[in-house]
Amino acid sequence: MANLRIEHLHKRYGATAVLNDVNLKIEDGEFVVLVGPSGCGKSTLLRMIAGLDGASGGDIHIADKLVNTLAPADRGIAMVFQSYALYPHMNVRKNMTFGLKFTGVPPAERERRVTEAARMLRLDELLGRYPRDLSGGQRQRVAIGRAIVREPAVFLFDEPLSNLDAALRVSTRVEIANLHRMLKSTIVYVTHDQVEAMTLADRIVVMNKGCIEQVGRPLDLYYAPANLFVAGFIGSPAMNFFEAKVAGVEGACARVDGPGFRSFDLPATSLKMGDTLTVGVRPEHLARREDGSFTVEGVVELVERLGESSFAYVRRADDRLFVAEVRGRQTPTPGERVALAAANRDVHVFDSSGLRVSSPTNT
Amino acid sequence: MTTEQRARSLGVHVVLIAYSLLAVGPILLVVMNSFKMRNAIFGSPLAPPDAATFSLIGYEKVFRSSHILTYYSNSLIVTLVSMALVLLFGAMAAWALTEYRFRGSTALALFLSIGIMVPIRLGSVAILNMMRSAGLNDTLTALILVYVAQGLPMSIFILSEFIQQIPKDLRDAARCDGVPETRIFFEVVAPLLRPAIATVAVFTIVPIWNDLWFPLILTSSDSTHTVTLGVQQFLGQYITDWNSVLAALSMAILPVVIIYVILSRQLIAGLTSGAVK
Repeated sequence: MANLRIEHLHKRYGATAVLNDVNLKIEDGEFVVLVGPSGCGKSTLLRMIAGLDGASGGDIHIADKLVNTLAPADRGIAMVFQSYALYPHMNVRKNMTFGLKFTGVPPAERERRVTEAARMLRLDELLGRYPRDLSGGQRQRVAIGRAIVREPAVFLFDEPLSNLDAALRVSTRVEIANLHRMLKSTIVYVTHDQVEAMTLADRIVVMNKGCIEQVGRPLDLYYAPANLFVAGFIGSPAMNFFEAKVAGVEGACARVDGPGFRSFDLPATSLKMGDTLTVGVRPEHLARREDGSFTVEGVVELVERLGESSFAYVRRADDRLFVAEVRGRQTPTPGERVALAAANRDVHVFDSSGLRVSSPTNT
Repeated sequence: MTTEQRARSLGVHVVLIAYSLLAVGPILLVVMNSFKMRNAIFGSPLAPPDAATFSLIGYEKVFRSSHILTYYSNSLIVTLVSMALVLLFGAMAAWALTEYRFRGSTALALFLSIGIMVPIRLGSVAILNMMRSAGLNDTLTALILVYVAQGLPMSIFILSEFIQQIPKDLRDAARCDGVPETRIFFEVVAPLLRPAIATVAVFTIVPIWNDLWFPLILTSSDSTHTVTLGVQQFLGQYITDWNSVLAALSMAILPVVIIYVILSRQLIAGLTSGAVK
């Protein structure tokens, strides 16, 4: 068990910067998920923690020990790969014990660890089988087992569920969560799937273009995204964005106005008349209600029915589309004119550089 | 199957069968005639041996009048040792050149590939001088050294291609597991290269076993002759003992066929299935 500290980490391939001044502190026993679109540098960051890729600058500390120059095996990490990377010519038992031979673990201890891991992952019956005879889910469990027997300080997962089908992904996700509860170990987990990130993480690190956009607990990112990127990335379907302008400033309040929605007041002293803003509202926060401070109108163009709720694609007067999630049985019909509103705290306002300003107050 | 497809597959088969006959025909003739009496060889060369013409005289003469067993073991030693060294060094070099980037790695790869384009026989005179000054004249070691040099470029080339197909995650996983680099090569990579190694082995063995040139210039005594060179003693300028020649040739073919049959079993694809995904 160990903490992990990353300071001013840089990675460049030639002239292209893949990671740019990454700073991150992960506490002992924490489950941290790195999430971001493909090419954002999350896998590179993980491989650098593992020691598989070298850094162009910066420090990595594992358990308060500087590990920059240590080989992967000496860093106290174990990695689970997206492709599982099982040794195809070794059976499950051999796959799990192969690495232990080289790290000075005596045979009796190896046996104990394999038995323990196999029990934990329900692999007992499979120990004699070869990877080619296993299903995708079983291979994934073997890969996790191979990591467990190393008894690492930090577990690294590189998109471990991407190769599984949808049903298996959900059950394996639950297993990984349980595993973390049992082992109480530090885990760094890379995924591009925000559902995995939200459900598994103690804290989520949202990355974009080699930089960390925001670090926070799942619901903090959801309810208070720090910037436009995080707001758009977390949540499905994605947050609706509306262009807006500061139409007037009265004391500590700015009047926000834009095409397609009713203007509202925002407590923000730093804004000036004419500043461009972006207003963001999640589809699930828009509803047919009267009390919301933010109201947007339009004509329903298309309805996707999911059962417990429906997604309505609504076209505004300025010809832009937005999405609303309508709960219950009041499903709108295409062609219907609707007015949808959101509560104050669910309206996010971002300034022209994409940073969150605040939410409106009741007027 | 449509008529067109059937016609096309028929055409392909005709070509393949014709080629097979062309390739196997002379070998069959040699083996067949090695079991016949001298008169029958010349009287009806295309007929298989029957009760009247069957004879083992060629084989008897070969065993009685020559050092065929010595030749045989020489050929086996030279071929197998060369093969082992070519595979070992070839796989190691291919691994190093594909896996690690180091100063001069590209130049080294280029240098090694020159051997594919330049036939080693061009250097015969230099090789002969070198072996003589090294005191290796008329030894099996000289032959082995030459054959290793001859076989390495192609084997590095082929094995590099195969090594690149081994998933990178597998080597990374082994590194995270704490497996030392040499053990990654011998215990993770090499087992997965088995089909490729079998291919290279066949490509390496056949020309070495059949080679006449280097035994001719590098060996001079009976104790270092190989089978192909040994057979030559039955081919005279005025008299050729065809019974013995055909018998010796038939015996020379046998080991190559056996090795090929053994190795072709290894040429099974899909050994890596189950490694990833």
